[in-house]
Amino acid sequence: MSTTAPTAQAVTPDTLRAPRLPRWASPLVALGSAAAAVGVGLGTGLHSRVQWGLIAALLFVVASYVLATVVEGKRQAKDRFATSMVWMTFLLAVIPLASLIWETVERGSKVFSPYFLSHSMGVVADREVGGGINHAIIGTLQQVALASLIAVPIGLLTAIYLVEYGRGKLAKAVTFFVDVMTGIPSIVAGLFVLSFWILILGFDFSGWAGAMALSILMMPVVVRSTEEMLKLVPNELREASLALGVPKWRTILKVVLPTAIGGITTGVMLAVARIAGETAPVLLLVWVNPFINTNPFDGAQGSLPLYIYQQYAAGSEASYDRAWAAALALIGFIMILNLVARGIARWKAPKTGR
Amino acid sequence: MAKRIDVSGLTAYYGSHKAIEDISMTVEPRSVTAFIGPSGCGKSTFLRTLNRMHEVTPGGRVEGKVLLDGDDLYASGIDPVNVRRTVGMVFQRPNPFPTMSIFDNVAAGLRLNGSYKKAELAEIVEKSLKGANLWNEVKDRLNKPGSGLSGGQQQRLCIARAIAVEPQVLLMDEPCSALDPISTLAIEDLIGELKERFTIVIVTHNMQQAARVSDRTAFFNLAAVGQPGKLVEIDETERIFSNPSVQATEDYISGRFG
Repeated sequence: MSTTAPTAQAVTPDTLRAPRLPRWASPLVALGSAAAAVGVGLGTGLHSRVQWGLIAALLFVVASYVLATVVEGKRQAKDRFATSMVWMTFLLAVIPLASLIWETVERGSKVFSPYFLSHSMGVVADREVGGGINHAIIGTLQQVALASLIAVPIGLLTAIYLVEYGRGKLAKAVTFFVDVMTGIPSIVAGLFVLSFWILILGFDFSGWAGAMALSILMMPVVVRSTEEMLKLVPNELREASLALGVPKWRTILKVVLPTAIGGITTGVMLAVARIAGETAPVLLLVWVNPFINTNPFDGAQGSLPLYIYQQYAAGSEASYDRAWAAALALIGFIMILNLVARGIARWKAPKTGR
Repeated sequence: MAKRIDVSGLTAYYGSHKAIEDISMTVEPRSVTAFIGPSGCGKSTFLRTLNRMHEVTPGGRVEGKVLLDGDDLYASGIDPVNVRRTVGMVFQRPNPFPTMSIFDNVAAGLRLNGSYKKAELAEIVEKSLKGANLWNEVKDRLNKPGSGLSGGQQQRLCIARAIAVEPQVLLMDEPCSALDPISTLAIEDLIGELKERFTIVIVTHNMQQAARVSDRTAFFNLAAVGQPGKLVEIDETERIFSNPSVQATEDYISGRFG
């Protein structure tokens, strides 16, 4: 018996139990390393809180690895090491975001008020207190709406062509140029419209000119996200519809698009959020107008990113405050858009309930 | 209502790959014809050529003739959309439209092809769901999403959806392969009822199922992997399963294959 071929006995453990660290071990190690980092920081006279944080992180990773090796064994220790690295990088990514929002809210809330939202800078000099962003909000809303009006239909139709119809060379060329468009710097899009619309055709600066440049930036984002969403629609649904004798265009309109509409909406909203913060093309094409101009086709307009740039450049105490408050308004606007997009996506998503 | 299908010299390609070669057969109206054969022998491809679904696959093309009561489906001037309205199809995996309720799923074929009055639609939906033996299970929740049903119920929903447009022929591509025996039995019973009104063609891997539900059985085979699939023989189901005229059929049915 003892001389037979080797069996799986060699790797099969004798017991299914394995020593595990208790649940409170990890938080305790975290607390301990934080305390130790503070101690080290104070002891060696390190002033930067960033250094304290790095020391704490390093201590935590090392301590939990060592502890797990001793108590739980090598495999579990590697697992803990990977987990703590993931947590560290997550914190590293969240810290800038949190501090950015904190900073903007803290500095922006000083002058952020209904008055600020409902008044323009028309009769207020840059160094004076007062004034508001009403003209900039109107400008941004109109420019973004116009840009979406151009970019969304073209983007949607391009994506539908690429996924549902496109075969061969033309589809490949379209995909290639969409990729190229994704990489266009915003200033280049602005310069293109500037030279074509304003310098060659001789039109004036206007919200419409800015919207055209913004739509160039928005289109590839819409195409890409819509394409991905349409690809996610299972082919079986298309075949089921075709097999019922439904023409292809109605299949796309009534079966494919409704199935993907949640994701498409999210993609479009993200594209809107991307262009709402663009400064360069607006700077070149919309110019600056401290007065309210509700006609995007005639003359210079305001715009939120432009307002922030210009108020910050003005350099007085009052204009700094206004720049931060406008930044807060822009973040709020984009956040609301994102929430609306998520709401629509959830509302329209295919339901699986009983 | 039901129509006869005459296929002659049919060859189907995917791009340059020949999937099935030179198939000729007759499918009798108001009967069930089963296709059996090993995986990859082109049963499903052949089935899909019968309502021009084959060409939906990129690169898919067909040579030969498929006559539906004398009309060639592949003649010029034939609209594939009209062909598919006449020859319905049920797929291997149940595929209800996820954005639509049970009612809308059954009404989809009608609603997407034209406008109907509400009362008319409700009547057709009820008739189709009854025809698919699903009415009693779903009549209280017609407005709930179709994807909330069980697999067997979903497949019957797809059958209801297919028969709601009143096709002349119903093609079924392994309709029970994803279902448990009880749901399979429900669908087999349903096939028995449906053949009173429709011409039915069913692809199946389950030989007992072919023996149970079909009147005629066709055996497909391929010489080797990569070779096109061919029709070996088609005959009365009883004969195929008791005394087939080709040795390969007997080998396949008795499990002595390959």
